[in-house]
Amino acid sequence: MPHNSQLTTHNVIIKAENISKQYRLGKVGTGTIKHDLNRWWHSIRGKEDPYLKIGETNDRSTKGESDYVWALQDINFEIAKGEVVGIIGKNGAGKSTLLKILSRVTSPTTGSVKFGGRVASLLEVGTGFNGEMTGRENIFLNGAILGMTKKEIASKLDEIIEFSGCERYIDTPVKRYSSGMYVRLAFAVAAFLEPEILIVDEVLAVGDAEFQKKAIGKMQDISRGEGRTVLFVSHDMNAISVLTNKVILLKNGYIYYEGNTDEGIKKYFNEGTNELNYFNNEISVAPKITSIILETSLPGNVHEFGNEMKVEFTINCPIDVENLALSFQIIDEFENPIIHTWQIDSEHKISREKGVYKFSCKFEKLRLYIGIYSFRVYLSESKTKERFDYINSTCNFKVEMMKNIRSDYKWEPGASKYIEDSRWEIVKV
Amino acid sequence: MNQTNKQQPDWLFEITPKNKFFSLNLKEVWRYRDLLSLFVKRDIVTVYKQTVLGPLWYLIQPLFTSITFTIVFNNLAGISTGVVPSFLFNLASITVWNYFTACFTGTSNTFVSNAGIFGKVYFPRIIAPLTTVISNLLKFGIQLFIFFVFYAYFYWKGAPLHFNWAIPFFPFTVIVMGVLGLGLGMIISSLVTKYRDLSYLIGFGVQLLMYVSAVIYPMALIEEKIPEYAWIIQYNPLAYIVETSRYMLLGVGELPLGGMLYTLIFTFCIFIFGVLLFNRTEKSFIDTV
Repeated sequence: MPHNSQLTTHNVIIKAENISKQYRLGKVGTGTIKHDLNRWWHSIRGKEDPYLKIGETNDRSTKGESDYVWALQDINFEIAKGEVVGIIGKNGAGKSTLLKILSRVTSPTTGSVKFGGRVASLLEVGTGFNGEMTGRENIFLNGAILGMTKKEIASKLDEIIEFSGCERYIDTPVKRYSSGMYVRLAFAVAAFLEPEILIVDEVLAVGDAEFQKKAIGKMQDISRGEGRTVLFVSHDMNAISVLTNKVILLKNGYIYYEGNTDEGIKKYFNEGTNELNYFNNEISVAPKITSIILETSLPGNVHEFGNEMKVEFTINCPIDVENLALSFQIIDEFENPIIHTWQIDSEHKISREKGVYKFSCKFEKLRLYIGIYSFRVYLSESKTKERFDYINSTCNFKVEMMKNIRSDYKWEPGASKYIEDSRWEIVKV
Repeated sequence: MNQTNKQQPDWLFEITPKNKFFSLNLKEVWRYRDLLSLFVKRDIVTVYKQTVLGPLWYLIQPLFTSITFTIVFNNLAGISTGVVPSFLFNLASITVWNYFTACFTGTSNTFVSNAGIFGKVYFPRIIAPLTTVISNLLKFGIQLFIFFVFYAYFYWKGAPLHFNWAIPFFPFTVIVMGVLGLGLGMIISSLVTKYRDLSYLIGFGVQLLMYVSAVIYPMALIEEKIPEYAWIIQYNPLAYIVETSRYMLLGVGELPLGGMLYTLIFTFCIFIFGVLLFNRTEKSFIDTV
C-alpha cells in the first residue's frame, strides 16, 4: 500500500476512546453479594457505581491498598485501515486486557471502541478444536468460530490444507495429531481467514523453526499484500520489527508511547533504565532485598567490555533464617538469562542471625557482548523453597566496546551475547 | 490517494461497557448461522464417539426409565393411567420431559462450560444455548420415533388408542418447551457465573421438579386425591405442557386451554427475562467466572 501514511488521517478502522478496565483482586466471590447490592442500591438512586471511584494503578510489583485495580486506564488510539500495529509492553502492562477488549471477549469498564470492519482474533491457536472431529471438520468449525461462513471456508479449504502440511491426516481425528500438526493446522485456518481486522497474540511462538519462518512470511503477506489491518502482540521484538511499522507501548495500564516501531522498541528496552540502582524501603517481616547497587566500569550504568563490574546487595533479615539463598541472573533485553550465580547457606554459612547483610559480587573481567542487560534477583529459603523476594529487570546496564577496536569488522549488535577468552594456534600443515 | 473518502467510515459495531437494555441482535445471530449448524453437528457427531452402543443410548435411557416408573408407580403404588397402557403413558411423559430437562440443564451451564472458548474469541454468545436446544431436538426426535413404535405395537395389540385432533399442534408444544428450557437455562447460566451454588441446586432441583410437573400421573389425579396441594401443579407451566402433550399423543386427560395460555405468557416472560440477564452477563462474565 503505497499511500499508507496518507490514509491514516482518513480511513480509521479502529477507534478507542478512553477505555479503562477495572479488576477486583483477592478471593473472587467473597463479598460479591454485598458489593452487588451496594451497586444496585446506588444505581436505583441514579448514582454512580461506588466502586469505580476507587482502584489503583496496576503496578504489580508493589502491594496496593485497594481491592480494585485498573488494568487499563484512559487508553485512546486510532488505527487506520491497512496498518500493522504492534502492541508491546512488559508482563503486566495491560496487553492481554487490551486484547481481550478489542476481541470482544470482555467489555471495558468505561469508554468505547468503534470498529469499521469484522474482527477475528487469534488469541490462542486452535480455539474450539474438537479432538473427536477430523482435521477437515475442524477447519470448518474453527473457521466458523472465527466468524467465517461455510462458503468462505470451503473456498479456502485447499490452501489451508496445503499450508498446514497435514494432507495425509486431514480425515483423521485431530486428537491423533502431534502437537506440531495441531498448531500448524490451527494457524493455517486463522491465516487464511479474511476479516478486515486480525488480532494476533504470540502465535508465532509455536511450531518448529521452519514453520515459524513460514508463519512470519504469511503474516507479512497478510499485512503488506492484502492490505488488512493487523494488531500484533508479542514479546518477540524481532518479529515486531519485521512485521509492524507502528507500535503501542503499554506500561502499567497506560499508553507510554505510540508511534514508529523502531522508536517504540528502543523505549521498550530503555524502560526503567533511569533506575540505575534498586532501592526498596518497604517494611517487611520476611527477609527482603533493600538495595542493589551496581558499579559498572563507566558512569551511568555503562560497562566497558572485559572490565571489572561489581554488584552489591543489601539484605535485611528481620528474623533468624537458616538456609538463605541469594541468586541472580544477568538477562538480556529479551529477558533471556545469560549469566547465573548464587550463594546458598548450605554451602557457606551466610546469615543465620537477624540483621542487615551486604553481599557483594565481583566479575573481574565481565565479557558480555555489547547490548542492554539487566538483573533478575531471587532471595529464597533453599530448603522450603519459600521465596522472600524476586526482582525482575532491574539495574539495566549497557555494554559497550570502545577500547576494543576490531579494524575490518565492526562490532555488530546481536552477533553474540558473550565472548569467551580463547587461545588459537595456527600451524601450516 | 482517495480524496473523496474523507468522511469517517460507518462503524460496523461498537464496544461499550454496557449493552442496550434489551438486545437480541438477531441479525448477528443470522450472520453466524453456519457456526450454529456446525456446533449442532459437532454435538451430534461427537456425543457418543468411542461408545459401543452409540446412539442406541438415546433409546435405552427413556425405555428403562419408563419400565422402572411403570413398575414402581403404576404396578406398586397403583397410580392409574386410565385406558392407556401405563408403559406408553410413562414413555410419552418421559420423552417430553427429557427434552425440557436436556434444554434446561444443557443451557444452564453455558458460561461455565464454555469459559475456555468464550475467553478467547467472540461470537454471539446466545449461539451456545441455541445449539443445545437444537441438537437436543434430534435426540428428542429419535425418542419420539421410539414412542411411535411402541404406540403402533400397543395399537396392534388392541389398546384403545387414538390420535387427537390436536396432534398437528404438537410441534408447537415442543417449541414452547424448548423456549421455556432455554429461558430458564439462560437465567441460571447467568447467575451461576457469580454464584456457583446454583449449579448444585439444579442437579436435584430438576428431579424434584419432575414430581410436581405431572410427569408420572395425570393432572386430574392430583386434583382428585390431594386437592389442597393441587395449586403447586396448577401454577406450574411445565405440568400443562406435559399434560397437553399427552393429550395430543395419547388422547387422554383433558386439554387445559387456559393453562396453556398461562404457560405461553409465562414462557414469553421467562424468555425475555432470560435474554435480558444473559445480555448483561455475556459482556464481562469472563472476569468473574
